[in-house]
Amino acid sequence: MTTTTATDRPRARRVRGGSSWTSFALRRLGGLAGVVVVAVVVTFVIVPLIPGDPAVSAAGPDATVDQIARVRAQLGLDQPMFDRFLDYVGGLLQGDLGHSFSLNAPVSDVVLRRLPFTAALAFGALLVVLAVAVPLGMAVGALTRGGRRRRLDSAFGYTTAFVAAIPPYVLATLLVLLFAVTLQVLPPAYTRSQPGVSMLLPALALSIPSICLIARVVRRETAVVLEQDYLRTARGWRLGTVRTALRYALPNLLTSTLTLSGIILVGMLGGAISVETVFSWPGLGLGVVNAVATKDYPLVQGIVLVLAVLSALMTMLVDILLGIVDPRVRGGHHG
Amino acid sequence: MAELTQQAGTAPATPVSRPGRLRWNAALIAGTVLLVVTGVVVTIAALTMLESAEGLSPDIAQPASAAHWLGTDDFGRDLFARALVGAQASLLMALAATAISMTAGVLIGTAIWTAPRRVREFALRIVEITVSYPELLVAVVLAAILGAGRWQLVVAVALANIPATARLAANLSGSIHQRDFVTTARLTGVPRRALISRHLLPNMAEPLLIQVAAAFSTGLVAMSALSFVGLGVQTPDYDLGRLLADALPAIYSRPIEVVGPTLLILVLSIGAMLIGDGLAAAADPRVNRTAPRTPPATTEPRQRDSADAPEPAESSAPVQVRDLVVRRADGTPLVHGVSFDIGRGEILGVVGESGSGKSLTALSLSRLLPEGLTAEASRLRVAGVDLLGRTTRRELADAVAMIYQDPGTTFNPALRMGSQLTEVLRVHRGKSAREAREIITGLLEDVHIVDPPRLLRSHPYELSGGMRQRAMIAAALAAEPSLLIADEPTTALDVTVAAGILRELERIRDETDTATLFISHDLGVVEELCDRVLVMKDGVIVEELSAEQLRSGEVTDPYTRMLLESVPRLSTTPGAGA
Repeated sequence: MTTTTATDRPRARRVRGGSSWTSFALRRLGGLAGVVVVAVVVTFVIVPLIPGDPAVSAAGPDATVDQIARVRAQLGLDQPMFDRFLDYVGGLLQGDLGHSFSLNAPVSDVVLRRLPFTAALAFGALLVVLAVAVPLGMAVGALTRGGRRRRLDSAFGYTTAFVAAIPPYVLATLLVLLFAVTLQVLPPAYTRSQPGVSMLLPALALSIPSICLIARVVRRETAVVLEQDYLRTARGWRLGTVRTALRYALPNLLTSTLTLSGIILVGMLGGAISVETVFSWPGLGLGVVNAVATKDYPLVQGIVLVLAVLSALMTMLVDILLGIVDPRVRGGHHG
Repeated sequence: MAELTQQAGTAPATPVSRPGRLRWNAALIAGTVLLVVTGVVVTIAALTMLESAEGLSPDIAQPASAAHWLGTDDFGRDLFARALVGAQASLLMALAATAISMTAGVLIGTAIWTAPRRVREFALRIVEITVSYPELLVAVVLAAILGAGRWQLVVAVALANIPATARLAANLSGSIHQRDFVTTARLTGVPRRALISRHLLPNMAEPLLIQVAAAFSTGLVAMSALSFVGLGVQTPDYDLGRLLADALPAIYSRPIEVVGPTLLILVLSIGAMLIGDGLAAAADPRVNRTAPRTPPATTEPRQRDSADAPEPAESSAPVQVRDLVVRRADGTPLVHGVSFDIGRGEILGVVGESGSGKSLTALSLSRLLPEGLTAEASRLRVAGVDLLGRTTRRELADAVAMIYQDPGTTFNPALRMGSQLTEVLRVHRGKSAREAREIITGLLEDVHIVDPPRLLRSHPYELSGGMRQRAMIAAALAAEPSLLIADEPTTALDVTVAAGILRELERIRDETDTATLFISHDLGVVEELCDRVLVMKDGVIVEELSAEQLRSGEVTDPYTRMLLESVPRLSTTPGAGA
């Protein structure tokens, strides 16, 4: 459950000082370090875990013995496991992610070229999501409070649930069918000449399900917050509807909304894998798919590592934002 | 199967939920029917339509017709049959992956809690970390290791799903381990296996069932996504994702090819969504609680036709209430025509059990009645403000201030005390932030807060109940109200803390000429504090007493006598109520 209220939080009876911020930031950094370490270990063991001889499968079915030997040397398979791990970590520390077989280029170059596309897509989609979902959810929550406007409530509930249940790549296909094939107003895939316009459909495909999910949460939380005693207190102080909504309701919605947005943003990185494929969007998602398909293991390792670190960074950013918005998060040990 | 049970207001006395007694609802039924029907149809299709789905025929690239509902592909295979057979493959793979990930996840999650402390904490950290990666990314990594193909795909998606289930199971068993009834069972020597089977699993059943639905739906989506991007099922095998990917290149020339796989993916994921939502709604009474249908309530009390009652003599009391009736939306009266005055500097007590209408009376005076309740009266005045007519927010804020029962929930948890306490002064008195802060600091000192600046810097959760209630009083006094309504202000507090709050109310009466309406169910407290007492029962005033009458036991109404006799009297220490 993502909802937490004042009553089920541990009550730390201490006044905020510098120390709580420092320990909060340290805890979050520790969490980030853990995620990065596990990601480094996991990406390293991809190659040794591949059944059979990774060099044979990477070199392809038509490879000669020489080619296989060269791939084996490039993957470092001729060295002991521990030395390879040290090499891998040492390379990472110098920003060396290895060398891509299929593109014959440093993995770091490939990643740097593709990263802006995925970042633009994910953050663009997130902005759209928050700009639409929060006002929508609050409005529906306020309009349907206390069992009012039943029809609006169930129409909203069913529509959002159905749309959110559509997998992103299916939604992407439907969007192509509608906007590119039938209406012919938007390009069906990435075109180098107009990157902005061609980003519209993938961003929509990524954001629509999340809009529905977050709007549902905001609607439910609005209903809960409107019933809270502190809102009655604010009404008793006669502060007016707008001031009450913005100062007393919104901050208490943000905790759960932000928590969920972090999860959704991380999920968008996953969704990008399939959506980028539909639109041939040259980001990291399509990159990792191509790398796996061509058994370009160093490229797989590099992109997966970058995506994992990105998702950890986003989780940490959201945590820190939460700490700013909701001081109780800083006090608790499990945040 | 579970039977249909009405969720009548039977709050379970024991926390153990009864497994097998599922509360069916519309979403759950619709989802189950959808998935079962689809499952049966695609299974029959896989048994009978295999030839038209996979056999090559000369009818290549046909449009939709009676013979081929969705046309045929470039090899003359019937696309409708292919979609159904592909859906069966997707369904079976999703079920297999769900079974694997649930079994492994629950085993890992519960095992973590039987492990030694060190191991447990390390394992929990690892699970937390693995959950933080996008699931599809994990599945892609596993697909890279295992290679492409049906079973590799099932294993990859199942493994990717395990951390989420393991974390849920670990959290569930963790919280159940710490609950009172498990502690009791452990202390009374219930064997470990009985503990798990009798106490742990039944309490985990409902959330885990929801997780099954979630695992199925994410598994279905993840697998078809992987097949779609080319990392899952490989030709000549096919599932829904593969079929959609095959149809995509020809989307301009033959858009009908995407219809079959798209529809079936939608049917399956919407079925799974409905089941998940339905299960969640059945488990969470907050979601499926049906709020009463209420018309929009007017917050303004209505003028009541007082033709039947003679206009009472003009009173000079600042608070005047005549014939106050509070009704539910369906017209049922909850307060039946209550009349009283409160004089300047007077504390009027209102006592009665819950449901006697004492709080509704107070909320009518403050115009804060809950949604769906309406008030009407022939007169409702506070310090010259007619609460039956239109009033500005400023007038209301000047007229009435409230102190509530539970100081733990009356302040906004997300804002510092300073910004909340100064709100009234800034909004209604036009004070600057610093002036407001100075005024409220003085008021906090008046209510005996030791370090006001520190309190103003704090968030509500950092303060004790007594401090919060004192702050609430200070906030109420900031508006210099004519009427102060204290609705059971000491009920949620310790006896000694409560005594302090009562002394503050006495001090306010003595130092200002504020009228106070003090609501309580505790005659002992009322007897100490109030100048005059109204006894309410079932929405009517049954008796009005002076404090002396109450103290000497001069009561006539049997209900008052009953209330009076229920007050425990060990000593008659003044000031310390109850």
